[in-house]
Parts: sequence; structure tokens; C-alpha cells
Amino acid sequence: MLEIRNLHVSVDGQEILRGIDLDVRAGSVHAIMGPNGSGKSTLASVLAGRDGYEITAGTVTYGGRDLLEMDPEIRAREGLFLAFQYPVEVPGVTTMYFLREALNAIRKHRGQDELSAGDFLRLARERSQPLGMDPDMLKRAVNEGFSGGEKKRSEIFQMSMLEPSLGLLDETDSGLDIDALKIVADGVNALRSPERAFVVITHYQRLLDYIVPDYVHVLVAGRIVRSGDKFLALELEKRGFGWIDEFAGQEAAVGV
Amino acid sequence: MSAATEQLEGLTSQEYKYGFVTDIDQETLPPGLTEDTVRFISAKKGEPEWLLEWRLKAFRHWQKMEEPRWPNVKYPPIDYQAISYYAAPKGDADRPKSLDEVDPELLATYEKLGIPLEERAALAGVAVDAVFDSVSVATTFRERLAEAGVIFMSISEAVREHPELVRQYLGSVVPATDNYFAALNSAVFSDGSFVFIPKGVTCPMELSTYFRINAMNTGQFERTLIVAEEGAYVSYLEGCTAPMRDENQLHAAVVELVAQDDARIKYSTVQNWYPGDKDGNGGIYNFVTKRGACRGRNSKISWTQVETGSAITWKYPSCILIGDNSVGEFYSVAVTNNHQQADTGTKMIHIGRNTSSTIISKGISAGVSNNSYRGLVKILPKAEGARNFSQCDSMLMGDRCGAHTFPYLEVRNKSAQVEHEATTSKIGEDQIFYLNQRGIETEDAVSMIVNGFCKEVFRELPMEFAVEAQKLLGVSLEGSVG
Repeated sequence: MLEIRNLHVSVDGQEILRGIDLDVRAGSVHAIMGPNGSGKSTLASVLAGRDGYEITAGTVTYGGRDLLEMDPEIRAREGLFLAFQYPVEVPGVTTMYFLREALNAIRKHRGQDELSAGDFLRLARERSQPLGMDPDMLKRAVNEGFSGGEKKRSEIFQMSMLEPSLGLLDETDSGLDIDALKIVADGVNALRSPERAFVVITHYQRLLDYIVPDYVHVLVAGRIVRSGDKFLALELEKRGFGWIDEFAGQEAAVGV
Repeated sequence: MSAATEQLEGLTSQEYKYGFVTDIDQETLPPGLTEDTVRFISAKKGEPEWLLEWRLKAFRHWQKMEEPRWPNVKYPPIDYQAISYYAAPKGDADRPKSLDEVDPELLATYEKLGIPLEERAALAGVAVDAVFDSVSVATTFRERLAEAGVIFMSISEAVREHPELVRQYLGSVVPATDNYFAALNSAVFSDGSFVFIPKGVTCPMELSTYFRINAMNTGQFERTLIVAEEGAYVSYLEGCTAPMRDENQLHAAVVELVAQDDARIKYSTVQNWYPGDKDGNGGIYNFVTKRGACRGRNSKISWTQVETGSAITWKYPSCILIGDNSVGEFYSVAVTNNHQQADTGTKMIHIGRNTSSTIISKGISAGVSNNSYRGLVKILPKAEGARNFSQCDSMLMGDRCGAHTFPYLEVRNKSAQVEHEATTSKIGEDQIFYLNQRGIETEDAVSMIVNGFCKEVFRELPMEFAVEAQKLLGVSLEGSVG
């Protein structure tokens, strides 16, 4: 579904990603872990098509097509969804209106009919309930005045409404207490399917207790320095990022 | 410049869509302004002596006045002798009795603007008093209004048919000598609307007037007077677009509103006159005096304006809150792009007890434009228990435009409660990207963000006007926000 080859990305002339290779197949869940500043969020932003990143080398193929050639809204309509680390407030625009426009833009792209207001509302009620969301939240402006937990929940709700093929979760666990974390994880798990893949970016292992990944990658200084299964995350938890630094140091020493 | 910023620039620099010229013979006065000009206009309209005297007094006063220089706008000096002060469509004396008799080309002009008179009137139940340049050419629903006792006609007609009412109220809110442009208007006003809602009557439909400037070098000096007697209610809609012109055109209108005890007047404007080209050539100078007097107890005057056009806007729809418990409201969206300049806001003068006022102003600046909010809240010594709430928000698109806020506050009664909030934000690339990431394209994203920003004002507009207002922000939006 997603193939990243030798991806190099710079911001303001400084190289942040220094050769990423990653294959994500349908049905799989990949976790990307790493210390602050290792390039995790940059990777998510580049995949979603945010401005301000210079791709100096490498390719990204999504569904057999060149992802980097697509505008951000086309990527979204093609089924790529980014759950933002910092969801953005849009004053005066209700969540309901915004999401209906989004869903209909995606449906139109897929050659489906637009959803009527009534059908949309029914779907929204059905999808918001398991996330324990107050139905009134739909009437509130997008993310405006939402608590940190509400914002993250809303991201997962949006994902469940838009039914992406590839979900990117950028530090969705940050700022959540354990109850909220469980709700968010349940929301993601409910969406897991053989057709759908997830890339879960996180600083902490604890999210991975609830969203159990098939693969774990450790990102340090713009490179994936180690990949493994879920036990890699546990080992990382036990030994700390110091171990990674050590590992990265060794790598640097041997000039890999 | 990032891609999103470039797209924004593209959206906000769209060419004016309503730029076309209607080819109709005009009976136009040569340029120039003297007492003879004033006499000509008055004679042409067959006005009574008192009105001519009133005009002449205004003219003589105007000659002694100086053009205001305090607004935060820049423009070359206006040569008032280079302007023609009277233009009327052909056949003025023989006015059309129905739409069938109206010049088809003129009707086509309205079609292009998306305001087919008959359809609009029938569908929306709106009576339309269409003003083409200086003279009204079509009036509908006159009969239904007459049944309710409502008078809705051009002010020239009102001078003939209801001289006592016009004489009683004309200049009673905005005196002929009020300010430079009001004095000029008083001297040479061409036409406009007159509305009178008698005691206890709720006007059975929204009243609407479309203004249009269409003659080269012709100043447009509209005069509107609306009077709501005790317990009366009226909602008045004013909408404008103008064809493309190279030379600047001066527009100096005066609007006066009078609300007696328990009366309510709602006045909504969508202004989309030609703003000039991308380089700042041409465009309308819109120097308007709008003022309402809440004379009676519990009366209410509400101004809502969406200002997207004109090269320069100088406009402060105001309320004088004389009656106890009277209420003044001002809801404004002012959009400037390219080289447009706007200096707009309101004045709320609290005189009676327990008077209250609300000011919600949304300024959106793009291109290299300048957008200023200027507002005065004045609480006089006898205005016990007066309250005001002001909120002024500015949004910047790109980094070459300006937003300014000039709030003036004069409180002379200790019991007054006055609140002022102001924010300035930049339309966020973060916001646009967030919407893009959900599948919404940039044009729709900008439209959504801007309309969200203006929501508090748009919801004050009558439905069909709100839709038009959203269109006029220059970006497409399907359905209504929310």
C-alpha cells in the first residue's frame, strides 16, 4: 500500500529525514518510535503533504502511484488520513458542517453520491457513540475550546467517519490520561481491517499496549535504526531511549 | 512564498466578475457644481420651494467646509467640478408602469447580477425598488404594501406625494450641514428610497433596493429615509454592484432612520461596488453617512453590513439612543483586497437610560489593502445603566495587508458597563492544511474559514442575503454554514 524508498527531507536547508525505507501493507499496523527531534512528525507531515518540507531524494508510492505528486486534498481523498498531533481550531465552522463537506468531497472523488444531511447525521451519531462523544460536540466549531482529550477523540471520530485506507496517527496519545487513551485505542482497533493500514507515531510505549502493532520501527536522527515486532517496543520501554542513543552511536561509529 | 499562500493570493485577486457596461442613452448634466446645478436638479424633479432652499443652504455650507482628512485612507484630491451631478435613464418623464415596459437591456443587467426582479420578487416576497443611476425604474408590490399602510417609494415621489412627512423627517437625523459629504449629498441628492411604516404595523415583507452606478463621471448621491412609527417593524435590504470603470466614481449617500416608541428597524447592506483593478486603478469612492435615531422608548435599530467592494469605503452606520431602554446594534464584515482601503465602523451615542448597544466587526484584509475599524461609544451623563459590548476581529490574508482598530470611548456616567474585545489573526496555513487533509480543496477551505470567521454577522442577515454575502466574499460555498 505504501512504499517509502530512501526518503530524504530537509527543512530550511537542514536535513531531518536522512534515508527512510518503509513498506506498509494493507491490514498491518506499524509503530514508529523515537526520541524527540528524531523526525517522526516530519515523516507524518511529508506523507500528508504539508508545505515547508523539501524532499531532496527518494520516492513514496501509495497504492501504486507517486504520493509526492499529489496535492494534500487528493491524498486525503485517496484514503490517506492524518490524525494531527495538534488539531487545528476553525472558529465559526461546526464540526458537523466541516465533516460533511469533507466526507462528500471524498465520496465525490470515489464516484459516490453525496450523503444527505439526514444520512450524515445518523452515521455521525453511530460513529461518535463508541468514542463517548457528546453529540453536542458536532454542533460546536471545529476543535474550538476543545480540551486536549476532546481534540484527540475528535480526530479518531473523523477518521472513523472518513474511513481511510491508511491512517497516520501523529502522537495521538500525547496529553491523554489512561481512560482517554483506552477510548482512542478502542476507536482505532475498531477500524482495523484487512484492507486498512495504520502508522502509529508515538514517543511512548504505553499506547502500544492498547494498539498492538505488527511492526515497530525505531527512528533516530532521521533514520530507521532498528525494526522488529511488538517486543522491540517493550525492550525499548525497559531499556529507555538511552539504549537507542547508544545504538545510534554504534551505528554512527561503524558508519552504517 | 508557499503554495498555500500563492493560492490564497490567487483567490483574493480574482477579477471583478460584475464588470460590464449597460448601453443606455443618458440625459446627463455636464460636469460642474454651482448653485445653478442645485437649482437644475431641483427643477428637474419639480421640487417645492422649501426643498430647493434646503438644498441651497446645504450647498452654501458645503462650500465653506473642508474634506475630512482624518480617515486612514489615501486618495488624490477629488475635483468636484469634474463630476456630473445628474443622470437619468431615457424617458424619465414617461416611467414604466410595469416590468414589461422596462428597458430589456436594463433587465438583462440585473439578470447578469443574478437578481432577476420578477423571480426574486415572487420567490422571496421582496418588494424591489430598483434604482438605476439616479432614478427609480421599477417598483413592485406597491399595492400589497399600501394595504398595510406602508409607504415605500422613491424619495422624489415622496416629496410630491407626502411632502409633509418628508419635510418633517428629512435632515432630522443627519442635518444638511452634518459633515462634508452629507452636506454635498443634501445639496445634490438625486434619488433614493422613502419608507414609512405607520403605528403598530409590521411591514408584510422585506423591502429591498438595488443600487447601481452606470454613467461615466457621474456622481451618485442617494438619499434614503426610513421612519417607523410607534410599535412598527421593518427590515430593509440594500444591495449594490457596479460595472467596471477606469475612472474613480464618487458615491456619497445619506441614510436616515427614525424609530419611535417600541419600533424596530433592521437595515442590511451588501455592498459590492467595483473596487478598482489589481493595481489600484479605478473603483468607487464610497463616502456614506448612515445614522439612525432611536427616539422612542424600547426602540431598536440594527445595522448589518457586508462591505466587499469600493476602492475606498468611509462609512460609520451609527445609532443615537435617545429613548430609554433603546437598543443599537452594528454587525459588520468588511473585506478589502488588492489596493482597497476601508475605514469603517460605527458610533453608538447613549443618551437615554438603560440603553444598550452591541458592536460586532469583522475585518478581512488581503493583497496590499488596508482595513480599519473606527468606532465611538459615547455614554452621556444621563444614560444611567447604559451598556455596550464591542468585539472587533481582524483577519489577515498574506503579509502585505494591514488591519487597524481605532476604538474611541467616552463614558460620562459611572453606572455604565462597557466591554471591548479585539483580536487579530492570520488566516492560517495550518487551518487550510487541516481542511486539505480532510479532502477539502483550498478554495473551499478558505471560503469555509472566512465564512466561519464572519458567522456572527452573517446570521444577522436575512437568509437570501446571507447567501449572497457568502458569494460576495469571492469564494464559492455550497449550502449555508452550520
